[in-house]
Amino acid sequence: MTAPLTAASVALDGTLAAGPDAPEAFVASRGFWGHVGHRLVRDPVAMAAGAVIVIVIAIAILSPWITPMDPYKGSMLRRLKPVGDATYWLGSDELGRDMISRLMLGSRLSLFMGVTPVLIAFVLGSGIGILAGYVGGWTNTILMRTIDVFFAFPSVLLAIALSGALGAGIFNSIVSLTCVFVPQIARVAESVTTGIRRRDYIDAAKLSGASALTIMRVQVLGNVIGPIFVYSTGLISVSMILASGLSFLGLGVRPPEPEWGLMLNTLRTAIYVNPLVAALPGLAIFLVSISFNLFSDGLRSAMEIRQ
Amino acid sequence: MLLYILKRLVTVTPVAFGVSVVCFLLVHLAPGDPLSAVLPADATQATIDEMRASYGFDKPLPVQYAIWLWHVLHGDLGVSIATGRPVAQEVGRAVVNSLILASVATLIGFTFGVLFGFVAGYHRNSILDRVASALSVFGVSVPHYWLGMVLVIVFSATLGWLPPTGAGPDGSGNWRPDFEHLRYIILPAVTMAVIPMGIIARTVRALVADILGQDFVEALRAKGMSEFGVFKHVVRNAAPTALAIMGLQLGYLLGGSILIETVFAWPGTGFLLNAAIFQRDLPLLQGSILVLAMFFVALNLIVDVMQTALDPRIERG
Repeated sequence: MTAPLTAASVALDGTLAAGPDAPEAFVASRGFWGHVGHRLVRDPVAMAAGAVIVIVIAIAILSPWITPMDPYKGSMLRRLKPVGDATYWLGSDELGRDMISRLMLGSRLSLFMGVTPVLIAFVLGSGIGILAGYVGGWTNTILMRTIDVFFAFPSVLLAIALSGALGAGIFNSIVSLTCVFVPQIARVAESVTTGIRRRDYIDAAKLSGASALTIMRVQVLGNVIGPIFVYSTGLISVSMILASGLSFLGLGVRPPEPEWGLMLNTLRTAIYVNPLVAALPGLAIFLVSISFNLFSDGLRSAMEIRQ
Repeated sequence: MLLYILKRLVTVTPVAFGVSVVCFLLVHLAPGDPLSAVLPADATQATIDEMRASYGFDKPLPVQYAIWLWHVLHGDLGVSIATGRPVAQEVGRAVVNSLILASVATLIGFTFGVLFGFVAGYHRNSILDRVASALSVFGVSVPHYWLGMVLVIVFSATLGWLPPTGAGPDGSGNWRPDFEHLRYIILPAVTMAVIPMGIIARTVRALVADILGQDFVEALRAKGMSEFGVFKHVVRNAAPTALAIMGLQLGYLLGGSILIETVFAWPGTGFLLNAAIFQRDLPLLQGSILVLAMFFVALNLIVDVMQTALDPRIERG
């Protein structure tokens, strides 16, 4: 069974169950998203991953007020303290700044730069893909062949090429990463939209006199957004790794701003002195990235979407 | 089959053309004058104009593109601004090193990926399956540049078994297949192999599980074929897809090696790109990206053709 069919049939079940003829004992339908939520709550791995994400987001939001020490204040005498130090709980970095405070504040930029490109690409990519898939014909050919060109670049290469040409900076990193994800999301959106454009309910909507824009917004979007959304959540993990990777190369955030990738880069020289502290920022990237992946996997199986 | 190859060549041409346009425009995307890196700060307007004309920057964009493409088709990728050497020569040397590293990594990733995938696919929902699934999630979630650092911390800084950086003991840029050089390739190759391992394991697991659930497997077992005989059938059915993914992963690794090559100071294209970006050596940046992207396009084509040749189920229309 294909993904849009699943979404459509569940929605259909929902309307049937909630209809006036439904027997009394039949529990009122939760609707499609209700079912997804219900299944997701019973998935312990997805819930644990979700909890990690929520905690990290909370830390990111609150970090300016809750860091135990000043994340920018260094001390030449207290450089590279080990993990478990009495003052610096997770040690101190190469300039004597408190690691735990910098990791907490660093979550802001790392999350922001990882999630934003996927969000923008989700909107743009869905728009392009749905348009290409629904309108078809020449519009489809032109849009999709243009997208094929971007597929000819491995994503890491494209991100680095664009960032390298545009120059370092937070804004430029987000632009390059968005350019990497738009084609990928657009391709998925196009294929699911093409899959449903010949369905009866689309024809029904056409016959009822709905304009193309209305059909795209209501019938098409409602049925394709699930698979596109799940696919996009799966990209957040890649985006986090790439965004921090750009900063790691010196193409993203500039010092002294804390960001996990950049912290990992500046601590590279310390691996012989204090390896545990040097590895901490990467561990943070890994933890968040794997959480997004596991949560996305949970969401995928909750929505019964095949890979 | 020949007709199929021709058809694919026709469809790949516009993509290759598009790639060349993107690579060409990269230089013009860059803020500031592309010549600012070479010109002295006190250069007179006459010198600037002269330089501009010598690089062809004074002509309109489509003309510049046509001239550039003409040169590229003749193997001339321009001259590196930083070193003054031909870009084609610099990229050629680096590509060999990157290709060696990416091939070794793909081979390791493929071997373990297929192994885990088969074990997991045969024993679905067992402990082994869980472990294999966990490993594949690890493979796609771990920031590989960090994994590289961790491996250096463990095997170089702490245990002292393997060298942390470089391609060989003499510090030269050429890797050779002997024991001394082999020690240098282990850490970067293993780091790099983790990504394809995860992806291949995931795909093979799904493939094997799918094949084992098909009627023909039951028929083979019903007629009394040994488990090894059935296994051979499963392998033959899974092979085209698995090999195709391996081919594509090689391309991804080659293009995405910049982070790992930076961590391990491996003298490949990633290292070259890094230098090009920070010295604002735009011809070198453009040339390396063009070569890598074209390699990827060609690889896609080869994989596609090979998969069609291997798998009679794919239509050649």
